[in-house]
Amino acid sequence: MNADNRYFWPHKDLLDVTQLNGEDTLHLLDLAARFQEVNRRPVKKVPTLKGKTVVLFFVEDSTRTKTSFDVAAKRLSADTHPLSKSGSSLNKRESLKDTALTLQAMGPDVIVMRHASSGAAEYLARTLDCSIVNGGDGWHAHPTQALLDCFSLRQAWQGRFADRTLLILGDIAHSRVARSNVHLLTMLGTRVRLCAPRTLLPAGVENWPAEAYSDLNQAVRGVDAVMCLRLQLERQQAGLLPDLAEYSRRFCLTANHLKSAKPEAKVLHPGPLNRGLEIANDVADAPASLVLDQVSSGVATRMAILYLFATRRDGETL
Amino acid sequence: MILCISGARHQGSPVDLLVKGDKIVTMTPAGRCPAPDEAEVYDAAGLVLLPGFIDAHVHLREPGFEYKEDIASGLTAAAHGGFCAVMCMANTRPVNDTAAVTRFMLDRASGSHPSGPRLHPVAAATVGLRGEEMAPLAELKEAGCVALSNDGRPVGNAELLRRIMEYAADLDMIFIDHCEDPCLASGWIMNEGSVSGLLGLKGQPDVGEAAQAARDIMLAEYLHLPVHIAHVSAGLTLDVIAWGKARGVRVSAETCPHYLMLDENALEGYNTLAKVSPPLRSPKDREALRRAVKDGLVDILATDHAPHADHEKDGTLDEAMCGITGLDTALSLTWELVRENVLDESDLTRLWCRRPGEIFKLPWNGFAPGDPADFFLFDPEEIWIPGPETLFSKSRNTPFLGQKLHGRVKAHWIGGRRII
Repeated sequence: MNADNRYFWPHKDLLDVTQLNGEDTLHLLDLAARFQEVNRRPVKKVPTLKGKTVVLFFVEDSTRTKTSFDVAAKRLSADTHPLSKSGSSLNKRESLKDTALTLQAMGPDVIVMRHASSGAAEYLARTLDCSIVNGGDGWHAHPTQALLDCFSLRQAWQGRFADRTLLILGDIAHSRVARSNVHLLTMLGTRVRLCAPRTLLPAGVENWPAEAYSDLNQAVRGVDAVMCLRLQLERQQAGLLPDLAEYSRRFCLTANHLKSAKPEAKVLHPGPLNRGLEIANDVADAPASLVLDQVSSGVATRMAILYLFATRRDGETL
Repeated sequence: MILCISGARHQGSPVDLLVKGDKIVTMTPAGRCPAPDEAEVYDAAGLVLLPGFIDAHVHLREPGFEYKEDIASGLTAAAHGGFCAVMCMANTRPVNDTAAVTRFMLDRASGSHPSGPRLHPVAAATVGLRGEEMAPLAELKEAGCVALSNDGRPVGNAELLRRIMEYAADLDMIFIDHCEDPCLASGWIMNEGSVSGLLGLKGQPDVGEAAQAARDIMLAEYLHLPVHIAHVSAGLTLDVIAWGKARGVRVSAETCPHYLMLDENALEGYNTLAKVSPPLRSPKDREALRRAVKDGLVDILATDHAPHADHEKDGTLDEAMCGITGLDTALSLTWELVRENVLDESDLTRLWCRRPGEIFKLPWNGFAPGDPADFFLFDPEEIWIPGPETLFSKSRNTPFLGQKLHGRVKAHWIGGRRII
């Protein structure tokens, strides 16, 4: 397949959605829609990125994001090289800088990086010349997740982001998914609400372009979609919550809550799910749930992202 | 030996300064210097005359971390920064909790800089700075320590703190507290607020500093003892200090140039050079601190010179070490405040010389007859850029790296002897 290369892609790296304007975003989502067609074919592989190298540098554990990037790259015929913390010299106390320089010396076109430290992707981008795609850095940003969520919502919402309301429910404070989604959806014209106990809301949330709630019954009223976030069990150990049973009593999204949302309201979750903790079992499996759709959207969206970054310099003469 | 500094500018007026041996003889309007014929004359036209600065808070890293700084390089940076005396904190390896370590530090200083800048070690308040048992303070005082501190390792145990303050009072040593609640937001990376929320970084609220300062002030009042609050970063802490001073508590406070020049926005882009303990706070805090140094609520300036090697600042923000170097840049940075009319020259003298001298009972030069001949000449118009070639510290972890600064020390006398 020939992807449209006439759009000038101005970015070396994808660190967060804040660097994208509306035009960039819609171009990327359009491209993802075309790759989604490829994914529906019986033979799901195109030679678009043949000869390109993508390193999957996942310093923090991840199964789904890493697999999603791997599948996306392979469908475009790029070579992928996974590297995890346990398989790298980071376990031998090699610094991030040295591991990164070593990776760069192998000449990849794109490094996808997941790291537990906020700002790690930005650090790598400053240090290296090749393109860095942030696969999630600490609590800071997860741009590819936000873009795939927008891809799913764009289809569910018939392409209209304005006059829609999204509720993000759960541990906002420690969520890179929430941060990136707030920025991206707000930019596209969607109203965003947040709902969490005060201990799981970020500092300065009053300055965010979002309305914060502590009562789920109020927060869910009239929304067009609810995005549940995974609750990390260590939040309870850190003293931010009394116990998980109480958390689920107050913040687990149930079918009952959804009755006060819009009738066609959708439910999203970046996974992996804690069924019964942040999302009720039946809600996760209901027709309104986009959870599995998000997974397939993820592959298409990441194909578009890899395409844009791996071919960014193809027009340049050497 | 008689020296006449001729035609220097001092607080806006041209002056002559006459020095005999290690003492000031007199300072007169320019042209009226009663210098004898044999006096050596230094033509200081165009230069500003300032008394030697005292830095009550530096980390010189020796013994133990000489790859960051050592006493020789730290004192050289001090000399070029206008400092005639520095007080070095105890978080070396081994910690300065025995007379042997104090004597080692003093030997190193007199070996490399026999004419100064003078080194005044600060004793560890507790053994190993562990916050468990009191260090042998009398032994440390006898070896040459001028004060004691827990710097870098805040003490949560108020009972221990109280006993340390009482015991140190018998020895006429003042306790310098690094105020930070050890539990409130442990593992912080920066100030808690809008910027930390957006960057996804764990923040420390200003309450973590102010609450400990309030505890210290109440203890000081109860015990009728003085206490010194190190590196104040937050406006809330200033309110607490104002409350204490209004009650007549003998509380003194310091802040550092970086808290007057920068705020939490400097962390944007995950700039590890702006990571410091306590953290840079909000623009409002910075403004409150600027007012407090002007009106004297904050008694002194100190650099909290905290050198680290390049590799300790090259990485992600959470792993980078806390600290900013200050000896090289402090004078130029605070001179910026004079250029901006936030402070005037007499404020600099008060904050960098008179008040630290009074609080820590160190000799200071007020240019009165008989005062110690510690002074330097400063060219306020010379432009320089902090970088590897211009910094005298071994380390260059300053957020002002590469920025244009004004003013360099052209000549420096300590105890009447020229060291630069």
